Order: sequence, then structure tokens, then C-alpha cells
Amino acid sequence: MRLERRPYVPLAYAIVSPLAAVLAALLLAGALIAAAGVSPLAAYGEMLKGALGSRLAVTEMLARATPLILTGLAAAVAFRARLWNIGAEGQLYLGALVTAWAGHGFVSTLPPLLGIPLLMLLGMAAGALLLLGPTALRLGFGVDEVVTTLLLNFVAVLFVGLMVEGPLKDPMAFGWPASVPVASDLRLPDLIPRSRLHIGLLVAVGAALLVWLANARTVWGAESLAAGLSPRAAAFAGVSLPRTLLGTATLSGGLAGLAGAIEVLGSTGYVTTTLSPGFGYAGIVVAMLAGLHPAGVVAAAVFLATIFVGADAMSRATEVPSFIADVIMSLSLLSMIVALLLATHRLVR
Amino acid sequence: MTPVLELDHITKRFGPLLANDAITLSLAQGEVLALLGENGAGKTTLMNILFGHYTADEGEVRVHGRPLPPGKPRAAIEAGVGMVHQHFTLAGNLSVLDNVVIGSEPLLRLRSHRADARQKLLDLATRFGLPVDPDARVGDLSVGERQRVEILKALYRDARILILDEPTAVLARPEAEQLFRTLRGMTGQGLSIVFISHKLHEVMAASDRVAVLRAGKLVAERATKATTPAELAELMVGRCVTRPRREARAPGPVVLKADNVTLTDHGETRLDAVTFEVREGEVLGLVGVSGNGQAALGRLLSGLARPTSGRLTLGNHDMTALSPRSLIRAGVGRIPEDRHAEGVIGELAVWENATLERARDPAFARNGFVRRAAAKTFAQDLIARFDIRGATPDTRTRLLSGGNMQKLILGRTLAASPRFLLANQPTRGLDEGAIAAVHARLLEARENGAAILLISEELDEALALSDRLQAIVKGRLSAPIPAEEADPRRLGLLMAGAWEAQDAA
Repeated sequence: MRLERRPYVPLAYAIVSPLAAVLAALLLAGALIAAAGVSPLAAYGEMLKGALGSRLAVTEMLARATPLILTGLAAAVAFRARLWNIGAEGQLYLGALVTAWAGHGFVSTLPPLLGIPLLMLLGMAAGALLLLGPTALRLGFGVDEVVTTLLLNFVAVLFVGLMVEGPLKDPMAFGWPASVPVASDLRLPDLIPRSRLHIGLLVAVGAALLVWLANARTVWGAESLAAGLSPRAAAFAGVSLPRTLLGTATLSGGLAGLAGAIEVLGSTGYVTTTLSPGFGYAGIVVAMLAGLHPAGVVAAAVFLATIFVGADAMSRATEVPSFIADVIMSLSLLSMIVALLLATHRLVR
Repeated sequence: MTPVLELDHITKRFGPLLANDAITLSLAQGEVLALLGENGAGKTTLMNILFGHYTADEGEVRVHGRPLPPGKPRAAIEAGVGMVHQHFTLAGNLSVLDNVVIGSEPLLRLRSHRADARQKLLDLATRFGLPVDPDARVGDLSVGERQRVEILKALYRDARILILDEPTAVLARPEAEQLFRTLRGMTGQGLSIVFISHKLHEVMAASDRVAVLRAGKLVAERATKATTPAELAELMVGRCVTRPRREARAPGPVVLKADNVTLTDHGETRLDAVTFEVREGEVLGLVGVSGNGQAALGRLLSGLARPTSGRLTLGNHDMTALSPRSLIRAGVGRIPEDRHAEGVIGELAVWENATLERARDPAFARNGFVRRAAAKTFAQDLIARFDIRGATPDTRTRLLSGGNMQKLILGRTLAASPRFLLANQPTRGLDEGAIAAVHARLLEARENGAAILLISEELDEALALSDRLQAIVKGRLSAPIPAEEADPRRLGLLMAGAWEAQDAA
């Protein structure tokens, strides 16, 4: 028995394989839930109710999906060019830090229509810078960016910790290590009144649209795909690898930085070291489930947000701890990798 | 006397493709059988069935009259069948001895019998005339030496029947001739040999009998003495294919000039003070054994490297420091040496590969957006004009055969009417039909005034297409000789670097 590559991969497989992967992950996690002494069906029912069962639940879920869309796009853009950015978490934190700092500082006096976009741009620039370094090291010296971007995550979070314990510490926070909040009129307006859902969701969906346009319709998108698929052939065709990869890094890091900026401006108002429950890492799962397609990223982000928000509700109603959400996410990624292999290959004996 | 090896009605299907259609063949003791056929005729599939890599759908393999259990390479080895693959299966970081004994030693034994193994290896090497150093690291060996190790590895396992898959694909002509002398010596000692080839001249020179495969069927068996290259070519292709020949034409002014160009890479001199010029409507053939600086010259003229010293001029302009895209704009066309690694990106569609090197041209891009309709029309046009079979603009390029992939590369290059064309090994690995098509296109470009630099290891090709020839040896170029004065013998001498000795004398 061995795997043989399929000459054609039917388009339907691109849709079916993530669904199958998710189903497999839910079945496997269901066994764990059953082992915890709870009926999986009942648990999943609580989960759905908790994430989609009420107006409040849906807004909570979408607010959770917003940063996941952006970190998912960050991973998708980079992976498409075979730039292995595992550092979205750190880029998100640096974007958040710069946004919080500037939003309390020199941008705080600007009118919102100017100030909010400027803060978002600053957050993007911070995220982009954090990825440009590892990319330049790879281009110049062949340093593996998986290692550098992954390790920079810890550096970034610790740096945020240093700042919120020190120079940026909010004296009014009763010793709680958080930054001084950004000016209140620079906060993102609510999308739906009396909820935590803010217009950041529209920004994220708009970003997905723009990324799709850039990937599928621009020369840059074609060249970055070519550089990812075959660096040698791309270079022979005159695609500049440094320029393409640095451009990809700017976009990818920028999207992760934007996720941080939007979390600060839309959700918390300040930065702490617990701002992100792993949005950056979850973005990798989102991108893989999405098959790196921007539309898929939106769908996969909504799915993971449903799991996470629903798991909290489920653990309140049943005995199953909410960590099951992390298990489901990890199982989805593993199943997706298997599904991708089976979509492009078939078993022959 | 029973034949040492019999293939009895072997049939193998891959989905709808009938790779082997009831093939029956036998091999006598001490015989050299050549398996001749174009790419995709089913030669390698057949040998993989024999060796147990694949299982036949129908039919049986018998060695010394005993059926071989299907799908078991180990059974084939134990029956005395040894296979030398086209792409070597050696571990470059291990020594020759390690590579030879690996897999034939029991896994769980406290002490390996190194001394015995070494002695056996050295005995085999002397007996069959395959000198090797058991302690050399395989990664440091030349391709010819590595092949020797592959053969010794098979002999070490007591192979009596040796199968060689395209053994000369990676060898220069003198090395290939040496190999065939060695094989001859082996049959003298009772071994039997099957070798796979699509090169007529070596089949004629080295075999006792020829079996011709075409589209999965055994179409003919001939005693080598009783056949001619022309007959074999026709049997192989199924129709009469003649490669076009160049017609005399007065060359125009110099288009490309390399002046004292040296390229040093990681401390090694790849090109050493190379000077040549190519004129309008002329083909300059650079012949040489692979690895003598052709790759460096290809990188240089493709815009992927810059000379350490010296100058390249195109017309009156310096092109020493141009990037690939500016070279293309200046009228340079490039056919890369390795079409899979450099020429096309298999996962992209035909239209994307057709336009990638001109992706930022106004013809295919507007304001940074791809003009998809224009690009697809262009690809459709190439497919029709260059007879690219099995392709639509949206076909994944990896699904094309090698010949059609090459036609795509040739088409996108020639569509821009280049003034200078670099054709680096343009027919490597192609079958006769595709070779004839590529040659015709190159000669047509020459007719239209392109200056063409042909880099080739195939003497027949270089002689058929070139107006002038130069040999490249260790990064140095011989003086040019006109095609009229060139013959394979003289070129062979040049490729061996004979002119250097004359210089010194």
C-alpha cells in the first residue's frame, strides 16, 4: 500500500476536506467528553447554545472571531509564499502595545476619523517590523524563520510585560499590570448596541476581501505564490525573491499587528500580557482549515470562535472543562493535515 | 537450455493508462538485451515489475524457470536479479563500502564482518574491472564512479542478471563507452544484462538483441546485427521521424559578445576567461561534458549571476549586470537547463507559466493587476502555434509531458522574438518526436535572425544545428571551429580538452 498523487484534485475536495476534518475532530473529542462522563451530544448541544443560542452569544462569538480572522489571514498570506510565520502571537502583542501607547500618547488628541486609522496603521507597522527581521535573516543567512518567529513570541509578550509593569503602567489600575487606556473617543464604535461586538469585525472581513483580491488578481499575488511553489523557477522568471518575501512579511506581520490594534481599540482599551488567549497560534489552525483561502479563513475563524465561546458555556453547564476547546482545535489541525494528504493523494496497493 | 529470465504476458494498468500490454520477453545466459523505447513507452514500468517494485495485473516473471513472487524486491534479489536505477539510490554521506553492504547485512548483529565485506568488494572490483576505493565518501565521487558503486552493490548481492535503467543518461560519451566495455566483460563471465535506453547509437554499439517497446506494447525484437538505426528509430516512434538539418545562411552582425568573462563561485572558478560571440542568424554550439561550466554560463546569460570579471555585451549595450526581467526586455530569450526546476512551476496553470517571466509587462498587467483575459488568450495562442498537446490555458502544467512542457517554454520564449536565444540542453530527456519539433523551432528562429547559443551534450544535436562549435572544458573554451570541419571524433577530442595540450606544445 502506498500513496499516489492524484492527477486532478476536484474542486469539491477543497470544501469537503475541512468539513471532514472538523467532523473527525469532533468525533475524537466526543470520545474524550464521553470519558469525562458526559454525553457528547448533550455537551455539543450546550456548546452550540452557548455560542449561537442567543443574540448575546452570537455577538460574543463574532467578537472572538474578529482577531482570529486577522491572524488567520496573517498565516495564510505567509504560508502561501512558504514563509513560515509562526510569530503572529508576538506580532499581535507588539501591534497592541504600540496602539495602546500611541492611543494614550500623541494620537490621543486627534479626531477619531484620523486617529483610529492612524492607530491601526501603527499597529500594523509594529507587527510587520517584528516579522521583517526574521525574514531578512532567512534571506541573508538562511536562518530558519520557524525558530526565530516562534521564539520572538515570548520576547514580545515579555516585552509587553516589561512595559505594563513599568513605563506604560496604569496608576489607576490598583496594581493590576495594564497599560493606561487609550483615549475613549478613539475606541471602536459598537457594531450592535449593548454588545461587545465592535466594527473591528467589518475591518477584518474587509481585510479578507482585500487579501483575496491581492492574492488572486494582482501580479504581486501571482509572484508570491510562484516564489512559494518554486523559488528557483520564480527566480529564473525574474521574480525577486527578497522583494516578494519582504512584501509578504510586511502584509502578514501587518495583519497580525492589526489584530492586536483592533483588540485594544475595540475590546479592552488597554494592553495586558493576557490580551490574547493564543489568537496568533489559533490563526495557524484557521489558515490550514481554510486551505489558505481568505473566504475560508472567515469561515474557519467563525468555527473556532464557536468552539471557544461554546466551550466556556458548556463547562459551566456540564462537568467538562473548557480546555476541550483547545483539544478540538488541535485535533482539527491534525485531521486537516491528514485530509489534505488524502485530498491530493489516493491510496493504491 | 532455459532462458535465465522470462517475462510472460506482463500487463500493467495505471488507471486508464495501459503501461504494459501482455509483454513477453526472454533473456539468454550471457546476453545483452537492449530495451528500446521512447519516454512513456513502458520500459521502466516493465523493469520495476520484474524487480518487484510494482505488481503486474497479469502475467508472470520467471527466473531460471522458477516463478518470482510478485511485489517482492527481496525475492528478486535472492533470485539473483540486480537493478541499477537511473537515479542512484546511494547515501552520499556514507562510504562506498557502507553503501555496498547496507541492506544485505543482518540488522541485529553485534559485529559486522567488515574485513570479509571489504575483501569481497575488492575481489568483485578486480574481477569485473570496476575499480573503486572502499573508503571514499560517495558524496565525493563523480557520477560515473557512483554508477560503478551501484553496479558493485548489485554484484555484491550475487546478481547474475543485471538490469540497468538508462545507464548512460548521466554519463559522458567516453564514460559510457567504458561502461559498455565493462558490461561486455561481465557477460563473458556468465552474467546476463538488460539495459534500458532511448539512444540508438548505444543500442547499436552495445547490445546483442533489441526489444522495442512502443505505447506499452512490444512492437519488435531484432538481433542487433540484423537491424539498422533507421529501422529502430521508425519502430520506436511508429512513423518516420527525421530531425531537420540546418541550411547554409550568411550570418549578420555580432549580437552577443562575451569578453574575457570569469565567474568564481565559493572560491571555485566556474568560468575562466571565456570569450565568444554569436552573430545574427547563427547557432553557436557549445559542446562539453556536463559539469564543465555550462551551468555557470547558463546562470550568467539568464541574469541569475554576474561575472567576477569581464564583460557581456548585447548589441552595443552592456548586459553584464542585468536582471532576468531587464534581459528579457532587452531581447534575450532563455531556455533553462532543467525545465522542471527552473522552466515551469508544475502546480501553476499553463497560462500562468506562459506569462510569469513577463508578468509585469503592460501586455499582461495593468496597474499591478493581472490581465487574465489577455494572458489566457496568449496561452491559447501558444498552445495552437507550438502544438502543445494535452493543454488548455487552465491545465496544471505538471500534467504535461516533458516534450510539451518544453514546447511551452520554447513558445513563450520565441513569442517575444528574441534577438539572442540561450538554449541550454533544449532536448535533454525528450523523445525523438519532440526533439525533431524543438530542433525545427530553433532553426526557424535562426532563420528569422535570432542569434542562438546552443549548449548541448549531444554531439548529434550540436552538429545538426550549429554553424560554429566550441568545446567547454573545466570552464575554458576551445577556439571555434566551423561546422563543416567538425565531426564526432574531432569534437570528442576537443571535449576531452585536447586543444589545451596543443596550446602548450
